[in-house]
Amino acid sequence: MSDNAKKFTMIVTKGTLDWAYPPFILATTAAAMGVNVSMFFTFYGLGLLKKNLDLQISTLGNPAMKMPMAGMHMVMPNLMSALPGVDAMASKMMKNLIKRKGVASIEELRDLAVEADVELIGCQMTMDLFEFDEKEMLDGLEYAGAAAYMERALASDLNLFI
Amino acid sequence: MAHTLDAKGLNCPLPILRAKKAIKDVPAGEILTVLATDPGSVKDFQAFCRSTGHELVEWHESDGVYTYQIRSAS
Repeated sequence: MSDNAKKFTMIVTKGTLDWAYPPFILATTAAAMGVNVSMFFTFYGLGLLKKNLDLQISTLGNPAMKMPMAGMHMVMPNLMSALPGVDAMASKMMKNLIKRKGVASIEELRDLAVEADVELIGCQMTMDLFEFDEKEMLDGLEYAGAAAYMERALASDLNLFI
Repeated sequence: MAHTLDAKGLNCPLPILRAKKAIKDVPAGEILTVLATDPGSVKDFQAFCRSTGHELVEWHESDGVYTYQIRSAS
């Protein structure tokens, strides 16, 4: 990548299936367009760097979540998510819908990001806080702190908080 | 030699990502033909070519299939 290449940094703070899409779609697309991309994963976002992903989505408190079902769009009542297995089922349904529509899985997007030399950085503080083991995380990750992210963000052309 | 990428049935950002990979193998000056069904791909390929310097020679749509002719920059 040339030194004139634009720089795109983002801090990824959320770890559910729906929130995983914007960071990886933007990162891979930017990389495909010749941009230097750096992603800093913190708090719940750190979970997106685990080797084995089983991302979930919740129907609780998600009034904008109207899913195509039985020929119309339906919202799940909040009470339903308290029932055992409902969120897991919603997550499975979402993943099936994604596959059916030819949308990439997070695993695939993440692999493409790695292949495109997108910098993936894990927040060291979050690793300690949530007691994550480096063995559960992707190999070859860099771990750093807020100052490392700050430095990159200040030098970037585009910086996002997701 | 024809370089063709079939990205039919794939949704954003896969057509672009696959094209990026495919165009690496296309010698400068030659054309990569991309087939896609994603309507969003029209603006995406225009933007992709503007930022990467590959030339979008022409594109057309027929029966829901979009065909892009992209000339590889280098």
